[in-house]
Amino acid sequence: MKQAKQNNTKRLVTRLLFTVVGMFGFGFAMVPLYDVICDITGLNGKTGDQVVSVQPKENAQQSDRQITVQFLAQNAAGMDWEFSANDAQVKVQPGEVKVVSYHAANPNSYAMVGQAIPSVAPNEAAQYLKKLECFCFQEQPLEAGETVDMGIRFFIDESIPEHITKLTLSYSLFDITKSSSSATAVTQR
Amino acid sequence: MSAAHDDHHHGPAKGISRWLFTTNHKDIGSLYLWFSFAMFLLGGTFAMVIRAELFQPGLQLVDPNFFNQMTTMHGLIMVFGAVMPAFVGLANWMIPMMIGAPDMALPRMNNWSFWILPFAFAMLSSTLLMESGAPNFGWTFYAPLSTTYAPSSVTFFIFAVHIMGASSIMGAINIIATVLNMRAPGMTLMKMPLFVWTWLITAYLLIAVMPVLAGVVTMMLFDIHFGTSFFNAAGGGDPVLFQHVFWFFGHPEVYIMILPAFGVVSAIIPTFARKRLFGYDSMVYATASIAFLSFIVWAHHMFTVGMPIAGELFFMYATMLIAVPTGVKVFNWVATMFRGSMTFETPMLFAIAFVVLFTMGGFTGLMLAITPADFQYHDTYFVVAHFHYVLVPGAVFSIMAAAYYWLPKWTGYMYDERLGKLHFWLSFIGVNVLFFPQHFLGLAGMPRRIPDYALQFADFNWISSIGGFLFGASQLILLFVVIKCIKGGKKATDQVWEGAQGLEWTVASPAPYHTFATPPDPKLIHDQ
Amino acid sequence: MLPKAKLWLALTIAALTSMLSTSLQAAWDLNMPQGVTQISRETYDLHMQILWWCVAIGVVVFGVMLWSIINHRKSKGAVPATFHESTKVEIVWTVIPFIILILMAIPATRVLTEAYDASESELDIQITGYQWRWEYRYLRDDMNEEEVSFFSNMSTSREEINNQLPKQETYLLDVDNPLVIPINKKVRFLLTSNDVIHAWWVPDFAVKKDAIPGFINEMWTIVEEPGVYRGQCAELCGIDHGFMPIVVHALPQDEYDAWYAGQQEQAAAARAAANNTITMDDALAQGEEIYNRTCVACHQAGGTGLAPAFPALAGSSVVTGDLTDNIDLILNGVPGTAMAAYNRMLSPVELASIVTYIRNSFGNSTGDLVQPADVNALLQEAQ
Repeated sequence: MKQAKQNNTKRLVTRLLFTVVGMFGFGFAMVPLYDVICDITGLNGKTGDQVVSVQPKENAQQSDRQITVQFLAQNAAGMDWEFSANDAQVKVQPGEVKVVSYHAANPNSYAMVGQAIPSVAPNEAAQYLKKLECFCFQEQPLEAGETVDMGIRFFIDESIPEHITKLTLSYSLFDITKSSSSATAVTQR
Repeated sequence: MSAAHDDHHHGPAKGISRWLFTTNHKDIGSLYLWFSFAMFLLGGTFAMVIRAELFQPGLQLVDPNFFNQMTTMHGLIMVFGAVMPAFVGLANWMIPMMIGAPDMALPRMNNWSFWILPFAFAMLSSTLLMESGAPNFGWTFYAPLSTTYAPSSVTFFIFAVHIMGASSIMGAINIIATVLNMRAPGMTLMKMPLFVWTWLITAYLLIAVMPVLAGVVTMMLFDIHFGTSFFNAAGGGDPVLFQHVFWFFGHPEVYIMILPAFGVVSAIIPTFARKRLFGYDSMVYATASIAFLSFIVWAHHMFTVGMPIAGELFFMYATMLIAVPTGVKVFNWVATMFRGSMTFETPMLFAIAFVVLFTMGGFTGLMLAITPADFQYHDTYFVVAHFHYVLVPGAVFSIMAAAYYWLPKWTGYMYDERLGKLHFWLSFIGVNVLFFPQHFLGLAGMPRRIPDYALQFADFNWISSIGGFLFGASQLILLFVVIKCIKGGKKATDQVWEGAQGLEWTVASPAPYHTFATPPDPKLIHDQ
Repeated sequence: MLPKAKLWLALTIAALTSMLSTSLQAAWDLNMPQGVTQISRETYDLHMQILWWCVAIGVVVFGVMLWSIINHRKSKGAVPATFHESTKVEIVWTVIPFIILILMAIPATRVLTEAYDASESELDIQITGYQWRWEYRYLRDDMNEEEVSFFSNMSTSREEINNQLPKQETYLLDVDNPLVIPINKKVRFLLTSNDVIHAWWVPDFAVKKDAIPGFINEMWTIVEEPGVYRGQCAELCGIDHGFMPIVVHALPQDEYDAWYAGQQEQAAAARAAANNTITMDDALAQGEEIYNRTCVACHQAGGTGLAPAFPALAGSSVVTGDLTDNIDLILNGVPGTAMAAYNRMLSPVELASIVTYIRNSFGNSTGDLVQPADVNALLQEAQ
């Protein structure tokens, strides 16, 4: 009787401990899970870090619909590069491929590495902004005084809902010199 | 091993080793309760600093950085040091006695789960003396303020949270094992007192979410020291992800602090109404549904982060749903009092105040669930008023009610009823003067966590501060009453209260060191 | 009367009068403002509707309870009833709240849907949160237009906060450069942050959203009444979280247009002024003003700093050391600390003044007079 009770307790405790470990894992699983949900729903206006390989349909119907795409640039704390969009905004038809660019310059007397993080408002529009070429999430090393123009080739998916007439693509530029892999290369040189 | 074995034959060991090595559920329960009271006073002292600084506009006593440390430490210590250990203490004392078990299922783990707590809080408190200062990013420690921008003491905070989490998890495993395996013959699940039920469900919540908290602070640790980018936008991480993971823990956490309170009140009201609890079954189901819903409402803490409208609507509807089972509980308590034969000893006074004031906190909770209105309430004193109403006259009052209710069983003496009532009335008046004006402050636009405020908020702030000092000072009466009751007084009978039902009232007062070494007579087990 | 007792009496009276006078000054605001936008009024109505529901439920439930407490007490000889369950009653009090909730959810959903529709905006403004100030940038159609963008700092003086000067009516709620918007136009705000999470909130517009580093959020408003509207940062963002107010001036369209044109002229003039020379007196006066607005929170009055996080400027090796390094530090900040990069927050004239000021105050006496052109040279060095 007592023995059986103890065995029961042992089994139960083992199961509970597995739950604890499982939930600890679940906490970490929320990270990729969240990314997947963001990709699907455009939660937070996060745009995918991959460029798409799909092309707009060739025979895309020429519609009168014009969507305004605004370009914003800002620096995160501790990042003193010059960083701006070369175009304030463009008007595009859904399906039409456009090329725009951003300008970055390192005014310091030493080399640095930057990385631009994109975000789209309204966030539900993020999933319709398809980038064919982009500098998002890429490490961008700049030598002292170096300047670069970074291009984006994109189109707006034709399935974008009617009520979205304007969307904003914003880049935040971060200094990742310390943590980046190319930074070690920079310092070693 | 031999020491534990000896315990079964003798009374408690003498001296400090009794407390250090004890595996007795009553001793450990007392340790938890004393520890939580000490933390309550410490966290309360921090609250007094906050209220003193906010007494008048302008900076008088502390600088803004220290003010932020105070709000952070007050929150952390009250949540993890005062409220949660107090309930674990009550569980340790009462659950074995309520289900007719000789002790907890895992007595040595029980010792360990208590004794790591003082270390965790010593570590957390020591950050106040560090050069960098204590954590100053709020008890919700949102990234990146708590990662990239944190003081270096954040690492101690992280380890302290890990230890607290381990303690809670061990405590929860112990309670589940005890409730599921140690019940006396005849004590079926649906005959368990509601306090045991609510704790069983709470323990499952703890096991589900404390590891997630451990996970989120571990991710912070990696971001700070090992260059990962879970929450750092620079590396492609997302600060909002922190909030999702935190509140996935955080919302069940607030129910962890209130479900056992429901159990306490469900024990006290029938006793002093001399009438069986109304709707026992629905109480159990309501508790279970609240626990379930707590997992799908977390993002109502984040309505302003910019979620898509579908997300906002889902979390709004789910949150509103919680009002239904919570309403059922309140209605059941009122129906229990209805046509009873009531007397109003201190535990009953605290329990009635709990029902009224917790319900008021519930009402403001419902208002906060309405997303467009929440845009106005979010991060203002309205929220501060809301969660203090559910936690202070909610959780804390229930703990005090429980202390007065079971004190005669623990000490063998009746506490001083006049002082108890004085403590209640001063606390009741104090808590309302303290928190009710904060609703107005929030609606008028005062953000929370600010060390100084605009002039139109001056009046309600000094009123609130006076309430705070009154409430804070009255808690010393509780300390006095408890010490006086331990030292002596009128002898308590075994049943203590005329209307009390349940196994804990069938043993002697004070409860002997070992109870139910042999299971109780099944005839003593009644329907609830 | 004893002297001691007299002193106490005097103190009590003084305390009471001071409380009374603050009471008279301040409005006893009890409720949410109705505000000046359609959304803010709808939000207010929603708030009141839910409040009245809660009051009604409270009156019924607590009424029954109070009645029981008065009548069903042992001292009145009440005998306890024996009922303890009723499925019928339980169903009733599960279903009725559910119906009430649906009645609440319908208008809430409608208002939320409206508040989320930021399309068809007529003016777009980017708002960036910094520790501890806001930056407003008016979006242009064309990069060749002069850009209007500025920082908005709290203008309440530290003396007021530290109780050395009487507090003004707009204590903690005043800024140097308010945001200016036209009335009756749909203005869309694009919100982000430079460092930690902030939240931009103006109660009269019922607009509140988090500014999150690396991400952009949008919100909008149509203000119907001209006026000055005030708000505060609503998300804990560090030491000076309580000191980053928001002030919005809503102007009729023609006044707004005039203001906007003036701002564009000023921006052009500021660029031109970068080549002017300034005098020591001007630099010190303007430098002191900037110091008290921008630097004093961390480096403290008298340049004493606040150990350990905020170094003293008095006698500092940087401030009394190499001039170029000193300017460079202020332009570019110190990564990983609270020291921000001021290259965009201040104009070359202002930067020259602040450097001149700190190098000749707090007992520092380098005698350096920095010219805007010196700053400009450093700013453009790399380009």
